[in-house]
Amino acid sequence: MAERKYSEEHEWIEIDGDIATVGITNHAQEQLGDIVFVELPEVGATLNKDDEAGVVESVKAASEVYAPIGGEITEVNEALTDNPGTVNEDAEGDGWFFKMTIADPGELKDLMSESEYKDFIED
Amino acid sequence: MTEESLKTTPLNALHRELGGKMVPFAGYDMPVQYPAGILKEHTHTREAAGLFDVSHMGQAWLISEDGTDPAIALETLVPADVQGLTAGQQRYSQLLNDQGGILDDLMVTRPVADFGTDRLYLVVNAACKDQDLTLIADALKGRVRVERLEDRALVALQGPKAAEVAAKLFGADLATMPFMSQARVSWDSVDLWISRSGYTGEDGYEISVSNADAEKLARALLAEDAVAPIGLGARDSLRLEAGLCLYGHDIDETTTPVEGGLTWSIGKRRRAEGGFPGADTVLAQIADGASRKRVGVQPEGRAPAREGSKIQNAAGDSVGVITSGGFGPTVGGPVAMGYVPSDLAKPGTEIFLSVRGKALPAKVVKLPFVPPGFYRG
Repeated sequence: MAERKYSEEHEWIEIDGDIATVGITNHAQEQLGDIVFVELPEVGATLNKDDEAGVVESVKAASEVYAPIGGEITEVNEALTDNPGTVNEDAEGDGWFFKMTIADPGELKDLMSESEYKDFIED
Repeated sequence: MTEESLKTTPLNALHRELGGKMVPFAGYDMPVQYPAGILKEHTHTREAAGLFDVSHMGQAWLISEDGTDPAIALETLVPADVQGLTAGQQRYSQLLNDQGGILDDLMVTRPVADFGTDRLYLVVNAACKDQDLTLIADALKGRVRVERLEDRALVALQGPKAAEVAAKLFGADLATMPFMSQARVSWDSVDLWISRSGYTGEDGYEISVSNADAEKLARALLAEDAVAPIGLGARDSLRLEAGLCLYGHDIDETTTPVEGGLTWSIGKRRRAEGGFPGADTVLAQIADGASRKRVGVQPEGRAPAREGSKIQNAAGDSVGVITSGGFGPTVGGPVAMGYVPSDLAKPGTEIFLSVRGKALPAKVVKLPFVPPGFYRG
Protein backbone atom coordinates (compact mmCIF):
# COMPACT_ATOMS: atom_id res chain seq x y z
CA MET A 1 0.00 0.00 0.00
CA ALA A 2 1.22 3.46 -0.85
CA GLU A 3 2.39 5.61 2.00
CA ARG A 4 0.40 8.71 2.94
CA LYS A 5 1.79 11.75 4.79
CA TYR A 6 0.33 15.08 5.88
CA SER A 7 1.61 18.68 6.02
CA GLU A 8 0.88 21.42 8.52
CA GLU A 9 -0.71 23.35 5.63
CA HIS A 10 -3.33 20.58 5.41
CA GLU A 11 -2.09 18.86 2.26
CA TRP A 12 -1.94 15.09 1.97
CA ILE A 13 0.74 13.42 -0.10
CA GLU A 14 0.75 9.82 -1.21
CA ILE A 15 4.02 8.28 -2.28
CA ASP A 16 3.90 5.61 -4.95
CA GLY A 17 7.38 4.70 -6.14
CA ASP A 18 9.05 7.90 -7.34
CA ILE A 19 5.81 9.85 -7.85
CA ALA A 20 3.80 11.68 -5.17
CA THR A 21 0.11 12.59 -5.44
CA VAL A 22 -0.95 15.74 -3.54
CA GLY A 23 -4.31 17.08 -2.43
CA ILE A 24 -5.90 18.94 0.47
CA THR A 25 -7.11 17.01 3.48
CA ASN A 26 -10.70 16.22 4.32
CA HIS A 27 -10.28 18.45 7.38
CA ALA A 28 -9.19 21.32 5.10
CA GLN A 29 -12.21 20.96 2.80
CA GLU A 30 -14.53 20.87 5.82
CA GLN A 31 -13.00 24.11 7.08
CA LEU A 32 -13.20 25.78 3.67
CA GLY A 33 -16.80 24.82 2.95
CA ASP A 34 -18.23 24.65 -0.58
CA ILE A 35 -15.31 24.82 -3.00
CA VAL A 36 -16.04 26.81 -6.16
CA PHE A 37 -12.65 27.29 -7.83
CA VAL A 38 -9.37 25.44 -8.07
CA GLU A 39 -6.21 26.75 -9.72
CA LEU A 40 -3.68 24.04 -10.52
CA PRO A 41 0.06 24.31 -11.23
CA GLU A 42 1.44 23.83 -14.74
CA VAL A 43 2.72 20.44 -15.76
CA GLY A 44 6.50 20.69 -15.99
CA ALA A 45 6.79 23.38 -13.33
CA THR A 46 9.54 22.77 -10.79
CA LEU A 47 8.58 23.64 -7.23
CA ASN A 48 10.55 23.80 -4.03
CA LYS A 49 9.08 22.56 -0.76
CA ASP A 50 6.50 25.10 0.53
CA ASP A 51 6.22 26.89 -2.82
CA GLU A 52 2.71 27.94 -3.80
CA ALA A 53 1.37 25.23 -6.08
CA GLY A 54 -2.21 26.34 -6.55
CA VAL A 55 -5.25 28.04 -5.12
CA VAL A 56 -8.48 26.72 -3.74
CA GLU A 57 -11.44 29.01 -3.23
CA SER A 58 -14.59 28.32 -1.34
CA VAL A 59 -17.68 30.51 -1.19
CA LYS A 60 -16.06 32.05 1.88
CA ALA A 61 -12.42 32.65 1.00
CA ALA A 62 -9.38 31.88 -1.10
CA SER A 63 -6.44 29.91 0.21
CA GLU A 64 -3.15 28.71 -1.24
CA VAL A 65 -2.12 25.13 -1.78
CA TYR A 66 1.59 24.51 -1.15
CA ALA A 67 3.98 21.88 -2.42
CA PRO A 68 4.65 19.67 0.62
CA ILE A 69 7.96 18.60 -0.95
CA GLY A 70 10.12 19.78 -3.85
CA GLY A 71 9.80 18.23 -7.32
CA GLU A 72 8.48 18.59 -10.84
CA ILE A 73 4.76 18.58 -11.60
CA THR A 74 4.00 15.59 -13.82
CA GLU A 75 0.20 15.65 -13.96
CA VAL A 76 -2.69 17.79 -12.70
CA ASN A 77 -6.30 16.82 -12.01
CA GLU A 78 -7.96 18.78 -14.84
CA ALA A 79 -11.38 17.49 -13.80
CA LEU A 80 -11.30 19.84 -10.80
CA THR A 81 -11.36 22.91 -13.06
CA ASP A 82 -14.93 22.15 -14.15
CA ASN A 83 -16.00 20.31 -11.01
CA PRO A 84 -14.26 21.94 -8.04
CA GLY A 85 -16.94 20.44 -5.76
CA THR A 86 -15.18 17.08 -6.16
CA VAL A 87 -12.76 18.33 -3.51
CA ASN A 88 -15.65 18.53 -1.03
CA GLU A 89 -16.99 15.13 -2.02
CA ASP A 90 -13.72 13.21 -2.00
CA ALA A 91 -10.80 15.37 -0.87
CA GLU A 92 -8.43 12.49 -0.26
CA GLY A 93 -9.42 10.49 -3.37
CA ASP A 94 -10.89 11.85 -6.62
CA GLY A 95 -10.24 15.38 -5.37
CA TRP A 96 -6.44 15.09 -5.75
CA PHE A 97 -4.72 18.20 -7.11
CA PHE A 98 -1.45 17.19 -8.79
CA LYS A 99 1.28 14.58 -9.09
CA MET A 100 4.96 15.39 -8.77
CA THR A 101 8.41 13.83 -8.71
CA ILE A 102 10.23 13.55 -5.40
CA ALA A 103 13.35 15.70 -5.63
CA ASP A 104 14.63 14.81 -2.16
CA PRO A 105 13.11 11.82 -0.34
CA GLY A 106 14.61 13.30 2.85
CA GLU A 107 11.92 16.01 2.80
CA LEU A 108 9.25 13.38 3.41
CA LYS A 109 10.60 12.94 6.92
CA ASP A 110 9.39 16.41 7.90
CA LEU A 111 5.78 15.45 7.16
CA MET A 112 3.31 13.94 9.60
CA SER A 113 1.86 10.46 9.70
CA GLU A 114 -1.92 10.07 9.71
CA SER A 115 -2.07 9.75 13.50
CA GLU A 116 0.28 12.73 13.97
CA TYR A 117 -1.91 14.82 11.67
CA LYS A 118 -5.01 13.76 13.58
CA ASP A 119 -3.39 15.02 16.79
CA PHE A 120 -2.28 18.19 14.98
CA ILE A 121 -5.80 19.18 13.90
CA GLU A 122 -7.26 18.36 17.28
CA ASP A 123 -4.89 20.75 19.09
CA MET B 1 -12.56 40.65 19.68
CA THR B 2 -12.74 37.94 22.31
CA GLU B 3 -15.68 35.60 22.36
CA GLU B 4 -16.66 36.75 25.85
CA SER B 5 -17.43 40.26 24.64
CA LEU B 6 -19.67 39.14 21.75
CA LYS B 7 -23.33 39.97 22.02
CA THR B 8 -25.97 37.37 21.23
CA THR B 9 -29.41 37.53 19.66
CA PRO B 10 -32.46 35.82 21.20
CA LEU B 11 -32.00 33.05 18.62
CA ASN B 12 -28.44 32.14 19.66
CA ALA B 13 -29.39 28.87 21.35
CA LEU B 14 -31.52 27.88 18.34
CA HIS B 15 -28.62 28.57 15.93
CA ARG B 16 -26.41 26.26 17.98
CA GLU B 17 -29.12 23.60 18.19
CA LEU B 18 -29.44 23.74 14.38
CA GLY B 19 -25.69 23.19 14.03
CA GLY B 20 -24.88 26.77 13.02
CA LYS B 21 -21.19 27.54 12.58
CA MET B 22 -20.87 30.62 14.75
CA VAL B 23 -18.59 33.55 13.88
CA PRO B 24 -18.18 37.09 15.23
CA PHE B 25 -20.04 39.59 13.05
CA ALA B 26 -20.54 43.28 13.91
CA GLY B 27 -19.97 42.45 17.56
CA TYR B 28 -22.46 39.56 17.57
CA ASP B 29 -22.04 35.80 17.70
CA MET B 30 -23.83 34.84 14.47
CA PRO B 31 -24.21 31.75 12.25
CA VAL B 32 -22.19 31.99 9.02
CA GLN B 33 -23.75 28.74 7.86
CA TYR B 34 -25.63 25.67 9.03
CA PRO B 35 -24.72 22.06 8.19
CA ALA B 36 -26.32 22.34 4.70
CA GLY B 37 -23.57 24.81 3.71
CA ILE B 38 -23.60 28.14 1.91
CA LEU B 39 -24.30 26.83 -1.61
CA LYS B 40 -27.34 24.78 -0.56
CA GLU B 41 -28.62 27.56 1.69
CA HIS B 42 -28.31 30.06 -1.14
CA THR B 43 -30.11 27.81 -3.62
CA HIS B 44 -32.80 26.93 -1.09
CA THR B 45 -33.57 30.63 -0.63
CA ARG B 46 -33.83 31.17 -4.41
CA GLU B 47 -36.08 28.12 -4.85
CA ALA B 48 -38.15 27.89 -1.65
CA ALA B 49 -37.76 30.07 1.47
CA GLY B 50 -34.95 30.90 3.86
CA LEU B 51 -35.11 32.17 7.43
CA PHE B 52 -32.45 34.67 8.47
CA ASP B 53 -31.74 36.04 11.94
CA VAL B 54 -31.10 39.75 11.51
CA SER B 55 -31.72 40.68 15.13
CA HIS B 56 -28.29 42.29 15.29
CA MET B 57 -29.62 45.17 13.22
CA GLY B 58 -30.74 48.30 15.05
CA GLN B 59 -34.47 48.94 15.37
CA ALA B 60 -35.69 52.24 16.76
CA TRP B 61 -38.61 54.61 16.96
CA LEU B 62 -38.08 58.20 15.94
CA ILE B 63 -40.74 60.09 17.90
CA SER B 64 -41.82 63.68 17.46
CA GLU B 65 -41.12 65.94 20.45
CA ASP B 66 -42.53 69.16 19.03
CA GLY B 67 -45.78 67.97 17.50
CA THR B 68 -44.55 68.18 13.91
CA ASP B 69 -44.11 65.26 11.52
CA PRO B 70 -40.84 63.53 12.48
CA ALA B 71 -40.25 63.02 8.74
CA ILE B 72 -39.50 66.76 8.43
CA ALA B 73 -36.67 66.46 10.94
CA LEU B 74 -35.31 63.20 9.49
CA GLU B 75 -35.20 64.72 6.00
CA THR B 76 -32.44 67.05 7.21
CA LEU B 77 -30.21 63.93 7.49
CA VAL B 78 -31.32 61.75 4.56
CA PRO B 79 -32.12 62.44 0.86
CA ALA B 80 -35.27 60.31 0.62
CA ASP B 81 -38.77 61.76 0.46
CA VAL B 82 -39.75 60.72 3.99
CA GLN B 83 -42.64 63.16 4.30
CA GLY B 84 -44.24 61.53 1.28
CA LEU B 85 -44.55 58.18 3.05
CA THR B 86 -48.12 57.25 3.85
CA ALA B 87 -48.97 55.12 6.89
CA GLY B 88 -47.64 51.60 6.37
CA GLN B 89 -45.11 52.58 3.67
CA GLN B 90 -41.42 51.85 3.86
CA ARG B 91 -38.48 53.43 2.02
CA TYR B 92 -34.73 52.84 1.65
CA SER B 93 -32.40 55.78 2.32
CA GLN B 94 -28.95 56.83 3.50
CA LEU B 95 -27.61 58.99 6.30
CA LEU B 96 -25.24 61.44 4.59
CA ASN B 97 -22.32 63.56 5.74
CA ASP B 98 -21.71 67.13 4.57
CA GLN B 99 -19.76 65.91 1.55
CA GLY B 100 -22.65 63.68 0.50
CA GLY B 101 -20.76 60.59 1.68
CA ILE B 102 -22.83 57.74 3.10
CA LEU B 103 -22.64 57.27 6.90
CA ASP B 104 -25.00 54.30 6.76
CA ASP B 105 -27.97 53.04 4.82
CA LEU B 106 -31.29 52.41 6.51
CA MET B 107 -34.96 51.55 6.13
CA VAL B 108 -37.53 54.15 7.17
CA THR B 109 -41.16 53.19 7.74
CA ARG B 110 -44.12 55.36 8.54
CA PRO B 111 -45.89 52.79 10.69
CA VAL B 112 -49.46 51.64 10.25
CA ALA B 113 -52.05 53.85 11.91
CA ASP B 114 -52.43 52.03 15.23
CA PHE B 115 -48.88 52.99 16.26
CA GLY B 116 -49.91 56.66 16.11
CA THR B 117 -48.85 59.40 13.72
CA ASP B 118 -46.05 60.85 15.83
CA ARG B 119 -43.37 58.37 14.86
CA LEU B 120 -41.23 56.63 12.26
CA TYR B 121 -39.74 53.14 12.52
CA LEU B 122 -36.05 52.85 11.58
CA VAL B 123 -33.86 49.84 10.88
CA VAL B 124 -30.12 50.53 10.65
CA ASN B 125 -27.02 48.36 10.20
CA ALA B 126 -25.68 46.46 13.19
CA ALA B 127 -22.14 47.80 12.91
CA CYS B 128 -23.35 51.43 12.69
CA LYS B 129 -26.33 51.41 15.03
CA ASP B 130 -24.73 53.14 18.01
CA GLN B 131 -23.23 55.99 15.99
CA ASP B 132 -26.31 56.31 13.74
CA LEU B 133 -28.82 56.57 16.53
CA THR B 134 -26.58 58.92 18.53
CA LEU B 135 -26.08 61.09 15.47
CA ILE B 136 -29.82 61.25 14.76
CA ALA B 137 -30.68 61.97 18.41
CA ASP B 138 -28.03 64.73 18.70
CA ALA B 139 -28.71 66.35 15.33
CA LEU B 140 -32.47 66.42 15.82
CA LYS B 141 -32.54 67.22 19.53
CA GLY B 142 -35.68 69.03 20.66
CA ARG B 143 -37.57 68.01 17.53
CA VAL B 144 -37.56 64.21 17.84
CA ARG B 145 -36.28 61.61 20.23
CA VAL B 146 -34.84 58.19 19.45
CA GLU B 147 -36.22 55.21 21.33
CA ARG B 148 -34.19 52.07 20.72
CA LEU B 149 -36.18 48.87 20.45
CA GLU B 150 -33.69 46.68 22.30
CA ASP B 151 -36.48 44.35 23.34
CA ARG B 152 -37.24 43.32 19.77
CA ALA B 153 -35.63 40.76 17.47
CA LEU B 154 -35.80 40.76 13.66
CA VAL B 155 -36.00 37.82 11.30
CA ALA B 156 -36.25 37.74 7.51
CA LEU B 157 -38.25 35.19 5.56
CA GLN B 158 -37.08 35.29 1.94
CA GLY B 159 -37.75 33.35 -1.23
CA PRO B 160 -40.47 32.51 -3.75
CA LYS B 161 -42.36 30.42 -1.17
CA ALA B 162 -42.20 33.10 1.55
CA ALA B 163 -45.65 34.45 0.61
CA GLU B 164 -47.46 31.13 0.89
CA VAL B 165 -45.78 30.43 4.25
CA ALA B 166 -46.64 33.91 5.56
CA ALA B 167 -50.21 33.65 4.34
CA LYS B 168 -50.66 30.27 6.02
CA LEU B 169 -49.21 31.37 9.36
CA PHE B 170 -50.11 35.04 9.62
CA GLY B 171 -53.19 35.47 7.42
CA ALA B 172 -54.14 35.55 3.75
CA ASP B 173 -53.59 39.32 3.52
CA LEU B 174 -49.85 38.77 3.79
CA ALA B 175 -49.72 37.29 0.29
CA THR B 176 -51.02 40.48 -1.31
CA MET B 177 -49.46 43.16 0.88
CA PRO B 178 -47.46 45.53 -1.39
CA PHE B 179 -43.68 45.47 -1.71
CA MET B 180 -42.12 47.95 0.78
CA SER B 181 -45.19 48.14 3.00
CA GLN B 182 -45.78 47.31 6.63
CA ALA B 183 -48.48 45.32 8.42
CA ARG B 184 -49.09 44.65 12.10
CA VAL B 185 -50.30 41.15 12.82
CA SER B 186 -51.32 39.39 16.00
CA TRP B 187 -50.12 35.79 15.65
CA ASP B 188 -50.96 33.44 18.52
CA SER B 189 -51.13 36.60 20.72
CA VAL B 190 -47.68 37.66 19.53
CA ASP B 191 -47.40 41.21 18.13
CA LEU B 192 -45.57 41.01 14.78
CA TRP B 193 -44.46 44.03 12.75
CA ILE B 194 -44.05 42.71 9.24
CA SER B 195 -42.68 44.48 6.19
CA ARG B 196 -42.52 43.10 2.67
CA SER B 197 -38.85 43.70 2.05
CA GLY B 198 -35.49 42.02 2.29
CA TYR B 199 -31.89 41.73 1.20
CA THR B 200 -31.84 38.77 -1.19
CA GLY B 201 -33.55 40.03 -4.35
CA GLU B 202 -36.40 37.61 -3.64
CA ASP B 203 -39.93 38.21 -2.47
CA GLY B 204 -40.15 38.06 1.29
CA TYR B 205 -40.72 39.66 4.64
CA GLU B 206 -38.82 41.15 7.54
CA ILE B 207 -40.55 40.43 10.83
CA SER B 208 -39.97 42.31 14.06
CA VAL B 209 -40.93 40.30 17.14
CA SER B 210 -40.33 40.66 20.88
CA ASN B 211 -37.12 39.01 22.10
CA ALA B 212 -39.25 36.75 24.29
CA ASP B 213 -41.26 35.41 21.34
CA ALA B 214 -38.48 35.30 18.74
CA GLU B 215 -37.63 31.63 19.18
CA LYS B 216 -41.28 30.59 19.10
CA LEU B 217 -41.70 32.48 15.82
CA ALA B 218 -38.51 31.05 14.31
CA ARG B 219 -39.51 27.50 15.25
CA ALA B 220 -42.99 27.94 13.77
CA LEU B 221 -41.46 29.16 10.49
CA LEU B 222 -38.84 26.40 10.42
CA ALA B 223 -41.57 23.81 10.96
CA GLU B 224 -42.82 24.62 7.45
CA ASP B 225 -41.37 22.29 4.79
CA ALA B 226 -40.42 25.19 2.53
CA VAL B 227 -38.36 26.99 5.18
CA ALA B 228 -34.71 26.33 6.06
CA PRO B 229 -32.35 28.36 8.27
CA ILE B 230 -29.85 30.47 6.32
CA GLY B 231 -26.57 31.90 7.62
CA LEU B 232 -24.63 35.07 6.91
CA GLY B 233 -22.57 33.41 4.17
CA ALA B 234 -25.56 32.85 1.90
CA ARG B 235 -27.02 36.20 2.94
CA ASP B 236 -23.92 37.78 1.41
CA SER B 237 -23.94 35.76 -1.84
CA LEU B 238 -27.70 36.36 -2.24
CA ARG B 239 -27.44 40.12 -1.83
CA LEU B 240 -24.38 40.27 -4.10
CA GLU B 241 -26.23 38.49 -6.92
CA ALA B 242 -29.14 40.86 -6.28
CA GLY B 243 -26.78 43.83 -6.76
CA LEU B 244 -27.52 45.17 -3.28
CA CYS B 245 -24.93 47.24 -1.41
CA LEU B 246 -23.19 46.09 1.75
CA TYR B 247 -22.42 49.11 3.88
CA GLY B 248 -18.71 49.58 4.61
CA HIS B 249 -17.85 47.72 1.40
CA ASP B 250 -19.86 48.89 -1.61
CA ILE B 251 -20.81 52.21 -0.06
CA ASP B 252 -19.16 54.21 2.71
CA GLU B 253 -18.30 57.74 3.77
CA THR B 254 -16.24 58.25 0.60
CA THR B 255 -19.06 57.35 -1.79
CA THR B 256 -22.18 59.37 -2.55
CA PRO B 257 -25.60 57.86 -3.36
CA VAL B 258 -25.09 58.90 -7.00
CA GLU B 259 -21.72 57.17 -7.29
CA GLY B 260 -23.20 54.16 -5.50
CA GLY B 261 -26.02 53.84 -8.04
CA LEU B 262 -28.66 54.80 -5.48
CA THR B 263 -30.04 57.90 -7.19
CA TRP B 264 -33.39 56.08 -7.52
CA SER B 265 -33.78 56.39 -3.73
CA ILE B 266 -33.65 60.21 -3.82
CA GLY B 267 -37.17 61.56 -4.17
CA LYS B 268 -38.18 64.03 -6.88
CA ARG B 269 -39.12 66.68 -4.33
CA ARG B 270 -35.77 66.28 -2.56
CA ARG B 271 -33.92 66.72 -5.88
CA ALA B 272 -35.78 69.97 -6.40
CA GLU B 273 -35.53 71.27 -2.84
CA GLY B 274 -32.26 69.82 -1.48
CA GLY B 275 -32.02 70.38 2.26
CA PHE B 276 -30.06 67.24 3.14
CA PRO B 277 -26.35 66.96 4.04
CA GLY B 278 -24.07 67.22 1.01
CA ALA B 279 -27.01 68.26 -1.19
CA ASP B 280 -24.81 70.57 -3.31
CA THR B 281 -22.48 67.71 -4.21
CA VAL B 282 -25.21 65.11 -4.66
CA LEU B 283 -27.50 67.32 -6.75
CA ALA B 284 -24.58 68.45 -8.94
CA GLN B 285 -23.74 64.80 -9.56
CA ILE B 286 -27.35 64.04 -10.47
CA ALA B 287 -27.30 66.96 -12.94
CA ASP B 288 -23.82 66.49 -14.44
CA GLY B 289 -23.00 62.86 -13.68
CA ALA B 290 -20.51 61.51 -11.16
CA SER B 291 -16.91 60.82 -12.14
CA ARG B 292 -17.16 57.20 -11.02
CA LYS B 293 -19.91 54.66 -10.59
CA ARG B 294 -20.64 51.37 -8.87
CA VAL B 295 -21.13 48.68 -11.52
CA GLY B 296 -21.62 44.96 -11.78
CA VAL B 297 -18.51 43.06 -12.79
CA GLN B 298 -18.58 39.62 -14.40
CA PRO B 299 -15.15 37.98 -14.40
CA GLU B 300 -14.51 35.64 -17.33
CA GLY B 301 -13.52 32.13 -16.34
CA ARG B 302 -14.12 30.69 -12.91
CA ALA B 303 -11.70 32.56 -10.64
CA PRO B 304 -13.60 34.79 -8.20
CA ALA B 305 -12.31 38.34 -7.73
CA ARG B 306 -12.56 39.35 -4.09
CA GLU B 307 -13.02 42.72 -2.41
CA GLY B 308 -9.90 44.84 -2.87
CA SER B 309 -8.91 43.45 -6.29
CA LYS B 310 -7.78 46.31 -8.53
CA ILE B 311 -9.74 47.03 -11.69
CA GLN B 312 -7.57 47.85 -14.73
CA ASN B 313 -8.38 49.30 -18.12
CA ALA B 314 -7.19 47.74 -21.39
CA ALA B 315 -3.91 49.67 -21.08
CA GLY B 316 -3.21 48.07 -17.71
CA ASP B 317 -3.74 51.25 -15.66
CA SER B 318 -5.39 50.78 -12.31
CA VAL B 319 -8.74 52.59 -12.59
CA GLY B 320 -10.90 51.21 -9.80
CA VAL B 321 -11.44 48.56 -7.19
CA ILE B 322 -13.72 45.59 -6.50
CA THR B 323 -15.86 46.29 -3.40
CA SER B 324 -17.68 42.92 -3.19
CA GLY B 325 -16.87 39.75 -5.01
CA GLY B 326 -17.23 36.04 -4.79
CA PHE B 327 -18.97 33.06 -6.29
CA GLY B 328 -22.59 33.47 -7.30
CA PRO B 329 -24.27 30.10 -6.79
CA THR B 330 -27.32 30.97 -8.91
CA VAL B 331 -25.18 32.53 -11.64
CA GLY B 332 -22.90 29.50 -11.42
CA GLY B 333 -19.75 31.56 -11.62
CA PRO B 334 -17.91 34.49 -10.13
CA VAL B 335 -19.76 37.80 -9.62
CA ALA B 336 -18.52 41.13 -8.30
CA MET B 337 -19.28 44.81 -7.89
CA GLY B 338 -16.87 47.71 -7.90
CA TYR B 339 -16.22 51.31 -8.84
CA VAL B 340 -15.00 52.39 -12.28
CA PRO B 341 -14.65 55.80 -13.98
CA SER B 342 -17.94 56.75 -15.62
CA ASP B 343 -16.52 56.31 -19.13
CA LEU B 344 -15.95 52.62 -18.33
CA ALA B 345 -19.33 52.11 -16.63
CA LYS B 346 -21.28 51.08 -19.71
CA PRO B 347 -22.41 47.43 -19.67
CA GLY B 348 -20.23 45.38 -21.99
CA THR B 349 -17.05 47.39 -21.33
CA GLU B 350 -14.00 45.14 -21.17
CA ILE B 351 -11.92 45.53 -18.03
CA PHE B 352 -9.28 43.49 -16.22
CA LEU B 353 -9.06 42.42 -12.61
CA SER B 354 -5.78 42.01 -10.84
CA VAL B 355 -6.07 38.67 -9.02
CA ARG B 356 -2.93 37.13 -7.52
CA GLY B 357 -0.69 39.09 -9.86
CA LYS B 358 -2.59 38.13 -13.02
CA ALA B 359 -4.85 40.40 -15.07
CA LEU B 360 -8.06 38.42 -15.50
CA PRO B 361 -10.44 39.60 -18.22
CA ALA B 362 -13.87 40.77 -17.02
CA LYS B 363 -16.85 42.71 -18.24
CA VAL B 364 -18.96 45.50 -16.81
CA VAL B 365 -22.52 44.18 -16.56
CA LYS B 366 -25.92 45.45 -15.58
CA LEU B 367 -27.04 44.79 -12.01
CA PRO B 368 -28.62 42.67 -10.65
CA PHE B 369 -27.04 39.38 -11.73
CA VAL B 370 -30.31 37.53 -11.16
CA PRO B 371 -33.80 38.82 -12.00
CA PRO B 372 -35.55 40.20 -8.90
CA GLY B 373 -38.45 38.23 -7.46
CA PHE B 374 -40.12 41.14 -5.65
CA TYR B 375 -43.89 41.05 -5.29
CA ARG B 376 -45.42 43.55 -7.70
CA GLY B 377 -49.09 42.79 -7.14
